[in-house]
Amino acid sequence: MTLSTSDRSPLTGTTGARAGALGFLTDVSLCIGCKACEVACKQWNQLPADSGTGITGLTGFSYDNTVDLGATTWRHVAFVEQAATTVDRTWEAPGAPGSPTAWLMLSDVCKHCVHAGCLEACPTGAIVRTEFDTVVIQQDVCNGCGYCVPACPFGVPQLGDTDRKAHKCTLCYDRLVDGLEPACAKACPTESIRFGPIAELLPRALDRVEQLQERGVAGAHLYGDRAIGGTGGMEGLNALFVLTAPPEVFNLPAAPELPQRKVLPALVSTAIAAVAFILGSGAALRGRR
Amino acid sequence: MAGVLRRIGRGIGEHVGRVPNPVSRSTRAAHARVRDADVTVTVCPYCAVGCSQLVHTKNGRIVNIEGNPASPINAGTLCPKGAATSGLVSNPARLTTVKYRPPHGTTWEERTLEWAMDRIARLVKQTRDDSYEERDGDGNLVNRTLAIGHLGGATLDNEENYLIKKLFTAGLGIVAVENQARI
Amino acid sequence: MPGLGARLGRGGATTPLQDLANSDCVVIMGANMAENHPVGFRFVVQARERGATVIHVDPRFTRTSALSDVHVPLRAGSDMVFLGALINYVLQNRLYFEEYVKRYTNAPVIVGGEFRDTEDLAGLFSGYNPDERRYDPHSWRFAGQESSPALSDDPNQDAQAYNQRVGRTDHPLRTDPSLEDPRCVFQVVKRHFARYTPEMVERLCGVPTALFLSVAEAITKNSGADRTTSFAYAVAWTQHTTGTQMISCCAILQLLLGNIGRPGGGIMALRGHATIQGSTDIPTLYNLLPGYLPMPSTAERHATLASYLDAVRAPTGWWHNAPKYAVSLLKAYYGESAQEANDFAYDLLPKIGGDYSFQPMLLMMKDRALTGLFCMGQNPAVGGQNARLAREALAKLDWLVVRDIVETESATFWRDSPEVRDGSVRPEEIGTEIFVLPAALTPEKDGSYTNTQRLVQWHDKAVEPPGDARSEAWFVVDLARRLKDLYGEETTPAARQLAALSWYYPTDARGEPDLDAVVAEINGYAVADGTLVPGYDALRADGSTACGCWIYSGIMPEPGRNLARQRAGDARAALDWGFAWPANRRVLYNRASARPDGTPWSERKRWVWWDAGEGRWTGHDVPDFPVTKPPDYRPRDGAEGMDAHSGDAPFVMLADGKGQLYAAVGLRDGPLPTHYEPWETPVANRLYPDQERSPTAKLLERPDNPYHRPRDPRFPHVLTTYRLTEHHTAGAMSRFVPWLAELQPEGFAEIDPVLAARLQVSSRDPIVISTLRGEIETNALVTSRLQPLQVDGRPLHQVGLPWHYGFGGIATGAIANDLAALIEDPNSFIHEGKSFTCAVRAGRLDGRGDATQEGEGSP
Repeated sequence: MTLSTSDRSPLTGTTGARAGALGFLTDVSLCIGCKACEVACKQWNQLPADSGTGITGLTGFSYDNTVDLGATTWRHVAFVEQAATTVDRTWEAPGAPGSPTAWLMLSDVCKHCVHAGCLEACPTGAIVRTEFDTVVIQQDVCNGCGYCVPACPFGVPQLGDTDRKAHKCTLCYDRLVDGLEPACAKACPTESIRFGPIAELLPRALDRVEQLQERGVAGAHLYGDRAIGGTGGMEGLNALFVLTAPPEVFNLPAAPELPQRKVLPALVSTAIAAVAFILGSGAALRGRR
Repeated sequence: MAGVLRRIGRGIGEHVGRVPNPVSRSTRAAHARVRDADVTVTVCPYCAVGCSQLVHTKNGRIVNIEGNPASPINAGTLCPKGAATSGLVSNPARLTTVKYRPPHGTTWEERTLEWAMDRIARLVKQTRDDSYEERDGDGNLVNRTLAIGHLGGATLDNEENYLIKKLFTAGLGIVAVENQARI
Repeated sequence: MPGLGARLGRGGATTPLQDLANSDCVVIMGANMAENHPVGFRFVVQARERGATVIHVDPRFTRTSALSDVHVPLRAGSDMVFLGALINYVLQNRLYFEEYVKRYTNAPVIVGGEFRDTEDLAGLFSGYNPDERRYDPHSWRFAGQESSPALSDDPNQDAQAYNQRVGRTDHPLRTDPSLEDPRCVFQVVKRHFARYTPEMVERLCGVPTALFLSVAEAITKNSGADRTTSFAYAVAWTQHTTGTQMISCCAILQLLLGNIGRPGGGIMALRGHATIQGSTDIPTLYNLLPGYLPMPSTAERHATLASYLDAVRAPTGWWHNAPKYAVSLLKAYYGESAQEANDFAYDLLPKIGGDYSFQPMLLMMKDRALTGLFCMGQNPAVGGQNARLAREALAKLDWLVVRDIVETESATFWRDSPEVRDGSVRPEEIGTEIFVLPAALTPEKDGSYTNTQRLVQWHDKAVEPPGDARSEAWFVVDLARRLKDLYGEETTPAARQLAALSWYYPTDARGEPDLDAVVAEINGYAVADGTLVPGYDALRADGSTACGCWIYSGIMPEPGRNLARQRAGDARAALDWGFAWPANRRVLYNRASARPDGTPWSERKRWVWWDAGEGRWTGHDVPDFPVTKPPDYRPRDGAEGMDAHSGDAPFVMLADGKGQLYAAVGLRDGPLPTHYEPWETPVANRLYPDQERSPTAKLLERPDNPYHRPRDPRFPHVLTTYRLTEHHTAGAMSRFVPWLAELQPEGFAEIDPVLAARLQVSSRDPIVISTLRGEIETNALVTSRLQPLQVDGRPLHQVGLPWHYGFGGIATGAIANDLAALIEDPNSFIHEGKSFTCAVRAGRLDGRGDATQEGEGSP
């Protein structure tokens, strides 16, 4: 698999985040996949189970049964099982200490982007950037138009099944106001999720990547700084991730782009196509004559 | 953490961002619902790690349960079960009334707690009196009944275990008293 | 746990969870700590971040393996081979901690001439009685001892009661400090384990030699004066017919490596319920009285108080004090009715005359010997082994009182069980009268739990329980009042027993008892004026003190000062957070954290040491040792109790104060661990071909509880049951909670890709798993985290089955325990849920779907 960051230093570490911005650092190498973050989030934000109190089915995708971030799941733990070979028999490769398998777990969350596509797409002003540099959907303003949904390159905001309004992580805005850390970061037993100023989390993340690489985790890299966000004008994310495998493995886009940035080129190409069509039509008409 | 936030928190109204947006009434009013809550310290009811929890209550109702940062064991963290404790307490399936099923019955019947306790006490006495052995078949003094049993204790309190063993075994001669230690 | 008790003196975890962070190497075996104790696991993560090596030995690659440096997949049920080979590696390569072994264990003690090892008797120890499937342990005695090695050996008892495991020494032990005498414990142990080789590990465990050696090197490199290795285990060790010996085997290894009683060392027993430790200390167990005193039995030595006290009084070591604790308990139970003149009402205590532990109880119920049952927070319809038999047993009761928070399967079996749903049983045929009483939850009541590290923590009541929900304390006190009223002035023996019970607990307006009064009684008090005792040293055998549980004494040294409610933590021993029994000691046997001369083994591993200037033991912890006994103290001849222990005897509960590498008493299946195959196994026992399975496992075989024979071709796979992070035990506290139910919404079985390919199933396809006890249908979850193993030259498949599921609640699934059998480890009376055999086929129970049948015995 190609590493999206392979042609760049994994230690680039720049962000367009404002001074004082708060955010998350989620470290896959410390995650035990316990899902405390998912439940602590639902508990604090009083989010229902995805199917209310009804019965959901087993997905069969490892231990992931909530599948994705959504209107009622604002933290989601992805489970990635990697077999060394498709059908491994340990006795055929004796002498190799360690396991034939890796099981990666990563708690995904809203990135609270420095350039937030959802915010830019929102026509009602429901989505605001807070004093903590986080991005919040104001429920008393949102009219459920859903423009924010395709505007997010990470697929984070979703419309609720019952209220048809857009929902996503608020980075526990109500807790921040009262000086409390977000529920997910607080609950995390292994400090896989950290909360704090981006100015502190970024160097910590870079140190961690370096440390992991020294320990032989060659694929360790930082996800969420300018290095991966430049193409679409993302500038950076206020939710950083230390990954030990390429982002696609965790269903994260290798080079996220704001859809809005594609609008102008798309308009131009549409116009060219239209012109070509008209010219072509004209030629055809002319030919028919 | 609170210090960090105080340093940064200037109030949302002063912030305009790159794309100025109106700040709504609910956003201006946002605050943690535990702000004026009463706090009680409890212990997670699930496994035996013994995580300390803070229970936030308002007007006699639980509004939040989260980890207690002071604990040397969990330092404020919890696992998913511990994080779901408030959902356990306010579980829609939670029993709040007595259910009674007569012998050979096909549905639950509602009964008062008083009626149930009275009936249970009478059944205990009847079964105990019918089966009580002062001496066993070999003439040993045993003062017991084998006809009544008890299961459970690992999810109850130590004090409750003490009372169960004391009443059931020392007071009533019930010896088949067991809990989940052998499960 | 008798496995720890027999070798170290106490059955509890030797160390706090926090202490794992001080380890240089953590071996997690028989446990899935990240999944089942996630918050405890954070200390393992901390240790690893500080450079420790983390090793997970487990049949499955789990969330624990994912965060470990090494995962060793091994065949479920072969743990003793692996542990035995580690011991052999340590001994053969002289990698043991020599000074620790010579001074703190019984390695130099000479074993008596009658003893014959499994080496000599083809897999049996001397003294075996095949008709009773029991050992007479007399031949296991140390040289020069005359009387029975055990204080008692009672078939009605498991080995948890201390008098089953504490030795009696009537003459000084003979020793060879050079450890060269061929009959000294060290040499006996060395010979016993010599056949546990890396090759045998490869053959029986399915673990490649190089992988085994990497573990052996890691633990030996990280043990010694300056480094410590810890082990963490849970019920994947206990739930075997040899489970107790697996744990005892670990204790031998840790003693040889010098890792007991030291920071970052020890054996972390991971318990699975909030107070499963507390409910063993203050037992709701048939064979124990509080503080590990044995329940009196019909055996002759328990006929009178005098003979009982004589039987529980150890000549040497701490248990010399047992009569003080026994008489104080009788005073707590029977108060004014307990006087010296009537032997403190000893005769009123019921006597046991058989095994009434959980599994036999189910049979007593099914056979109508037991007709009325209380079920408080336990769900045997799902959690009981051979769960269909458990439900049939519930259906035979006259009455059943279920106290729980939801309608558990044990409350609704008569309406919703699989056998009712499939029409084989009709509710009208079930005569059980059932009461379901709503229970209060933890935040709705005051009380204490004892966690996995013996730490008693108080929880404060935050809100009133809803509706008719009440605490168990309320229920018991209310029931007692009603029964006292009903018996009135009756004078039958049954009435006299109840009338004698001391039962004065003040209640509030709702009838909830004042728990301070209960804690005060547990703590102990002077009978004359009710003054609380400061600790168990103040207890007396003359009736002047009362105490409900001596090991908890000191928990409330003054009125209103409940030390379980202490809430000042710190990063070291946290002595002001909660109360750890005994006497607030956190690391047990911590005398061993110092050299024989009392100085720390190293600066890095300093914990408790001798302050010569002050003439006392001091340090970061409460010393687990007589605080003023000097390191060079030597007992005079004929000394009794603690006076008989020298100043270098850290294991204070045991007769000689030394770690028992060889336990002449306390273990029903032998003084040394021996690998026996699980009762149901697809593998031949290559270590002891003539004695493949435990000679002493307690068998409960009958038509409704049949067993598979070894290598039964109908049941070729190994089945192992386990828990998931997202659920709790039999499900009452998780399957009904939407936030948890959605995380693991349905039952499933994990199977490896090779088996799945042969069955032609993918994840979510239905499969049927069967044993002679029953069949269940569940979802396949195909995962390379399970791999077929090469065992004894043949491929072996293991099936993983979470046991949480049932028919009630939101998250449902087939009941795993419908497949399991009733069978008992001879020491703990625990079942064998972690390794038995099964068959697997594709398709549905009713035959729908194209079932791909496996060829019998095909690889």
